[in-house]
Amino acid sequence: MEISFPIIQMIDQNGNITKEQYQNQITEDLIRNFYKHMFRMRLFDRKAISLQRQGRIGTYAPFEGQEAAQAGSALALEKDDWLFPTYRDHGAAMVFGHSLRQILLFWNGRNEGCIPPEGKKIFPPGIPIATQIPHAAGAAYAEKLKGNKNAAIVYFGDGATSEGDFHEGLNFASVVKAPVVFFNQNNGYAISVPTEKQMNSKTIAQKSLAYDIPGVRVDGNDVFAVYFETLSALERARNGQGPTLIEAVTWRKGAHTTADDPSKYRDQEESKIFQEQLDPLKRLERIMKNKGIYNENWIKSIEEVAVKEIDQAVSDMEAFPPPDPANIFDHVFAELVWPLQKQKEEYLALIGGEIE
Amino acid sequence: MSTATGTQTMTFIQAVNDALSIMLEENSNVILMGEDIGKNGGVFRATDGLQERFGEKRVMDTPLSEAGFIGAAIGMAVNGFIPVTEIQFLGFIYPAYEQIMTHASRLRMRTMGHFSVPMVIRAPYGAGVRAPEIHCDSTEALFTHMPGIKVVCPSSPGDAKGLLIAAIEDPDPVLFLEPMRCYRSVREEVPDRKYTIEIGKGKKLIEGCDVTLLTWGAMVPPAIKAAEEMKEKGISCEVIDLRTLYPLDRDIIAESVQKTGRTIIVHEAHGTGGVGNDIMSIINDTSFLYQKAPAERVTGFDAPVPYFGFEDHYLPNARRIVHAIEKVIRF
Repeated sequence: MEISFPIIQMIDQNGNITKEQYQNQITEDLIRNFYKHMFRMRLFDRKAISLQRQGRIGTYAPFEGQEAAQAGSALALEKDDWLFPTYRDHGAAMVFGHSLRQILLFWNGRNEGCIPPEGKKIFPPGIPIATQIPHAAGAAYAEKLKGNKNAAIVYFGDGATSEGDFHEGLNFASVVKAPVVFFNQNNGYAISVPTEKQMNSKTIAQKSLAYDIPGVRVDGNDVFAVYFETLSALERARNGQGPTLIEAVTWRKGAHTTADDPSKYRDQEESKIFQEQLDPLKRLERIMKNKGIYNENWIKSIEEVAVKEIDQAVSDMEAFPPPDPANIFDHVFAELVWPLQKQKEEYLALIGGEIE
Repeated sequence: MSTATGTQTMTFIQAVNDALSIMLEENSNVILMGEDIGKNGGVFRATDGLQERFGEKRVMDTPLSEAGFIGAAIGMAVNGFIPVTEIQFLGFIYPAYEQIMTHASRLRMRTMGHFSVPMVIRAPYGAGVRAPEIHCDSTEALFTHMPGIKVVCPSSPGDAKGLLIAAIEDPDPVLFLEPMRCYRSVREEVPDRKYTIEIGKGKKLIEGCDVTLLTWGAMVPPAIKAAEEMKEKGISCEVIDLRTLYPLDRDIIAESVQKTGRTIIVHEAHGTGGVGNDIMSIINDTSFLYQKAPAERVTGFDAPVPYFGFEDHYLPNARRIVHAIEKVIRF
């Protein structure tokens, strides 16, 4: 199966273009644009971990190491497409236009963080594994029924492919030829369980065979391979050719969440070596160096911009009004039903003087 | 053809078909989804003829995949459609439970109203039709306990039509339970026109003053039978069909139990954790000092619904209801 589903790579670990034919696609503009997004993502991710350590947000799921997979795929989308992330895909969401303040609010226990910016079709992060996959199939099918050219992308991990909802979602989408891209990030671990204990399948891409849809295996740390393969999958989707399963082979650098200790289940020395070799940002730096366009001043300047933006988002998150308990009751249904009305009145009366 | 003010004699299942047909006609965003509902017209014929009339896109045979098509319906609902899904039997809804519990019912709350899920899940339920195993469950309480979804359960053709249209027009998810035992057992005059019945409102079927019988769905006929038997013994029973199980009609319950002071709650679901207990709470909260006897519950037992060889023993019947009435009268 590894032969039937070879890993597509456009830039190798040393920053060299793997095939001459890719030369024209790998432009300086793209390199810089990818680097800018991925660097911003990484800075955000590290800031969020630090905020969690300081008790300024809740438990956080870091994505460091997966920037190429998330940025490359999200940058392939058009503005009216749908994005269905999991809790580890706010990197993709921020590339697609989600607000950093909202993302931080989500991680700080606020429902307000699930509201995307106006006009952005970003679903709240899927928490129960794989359950967002059928939603993407349905939302994409709805676009098709409306006669639109919009597509959907849905993110999920390697463990998700063991869930029923993964198979039910792919099956549904394949039957109705829904314009959806099933974007798997195979980062090697579902919390602590490695892929070889998760599945007998040698690849995740091969799971596409059962649904007779294209299955693509890409080097998930090669942002170019991810970007161009996602672009092709989206094009097929828009042309009525139905869904594609993409497996982006990547590596989760850190813990599952800030509440997790990966040293319990994986060799951290080995992980460090992997990280050094596979780091998607370092790969972009290597290609910039190879092309003679590496510029520290430019990197510093984009860092300054990103840090400023992130710091602003943190202050905005912290300046956000305190939670209004009425919100617990007011959004369960479009209109309050009497049990909620009664509970709301009784509770608000009880805490009467204490809320602002 | 019928006139705008006309009526037709219909069974429950025909009334469901009529409601679906009216809504498919009226709103092009309404889409029916489910297993065998298209070409076959549904295993109970609830969607008979609708695919022929409205096409495969509007009346969709889905893969045999409850979590998959309920999940897809959630995505479609968020993206502008009103999916009216059919779970072939309530006992087969459990694979979709996660989708309903973790998404359909809480997406509005999660996103503070930014996304909502205006969908209907229709499901035939209940024992008493000699159906195979698992086809007979009455697990409405799994859903009344679930915040963010309404649960409706009519017992008559006229109510089925009006409540189903109301459910389709409701901006939130509604579980619409259809008592299989009532599908073809009665016929009544049902208006041809489109009309709705408010979700959350019960209906008084028999006026009485000694005992209140609170019930719904397939337990309505045995409750009526028990009331008739008691009438001959000089006991006047008020029979109320609650019709909606979440939110319950607190007012109709309070008004009746304050009048009679004696209550029997009848449901075929298991007693423990059943909706009857929530009705008990309403009586306790609203009418404690009016009670002349502790309210009684006549329910299915705390056993899995047995094979149909035993179902006549499992299901509450007029005999058990009469027994409970006599108990509260004697108290």
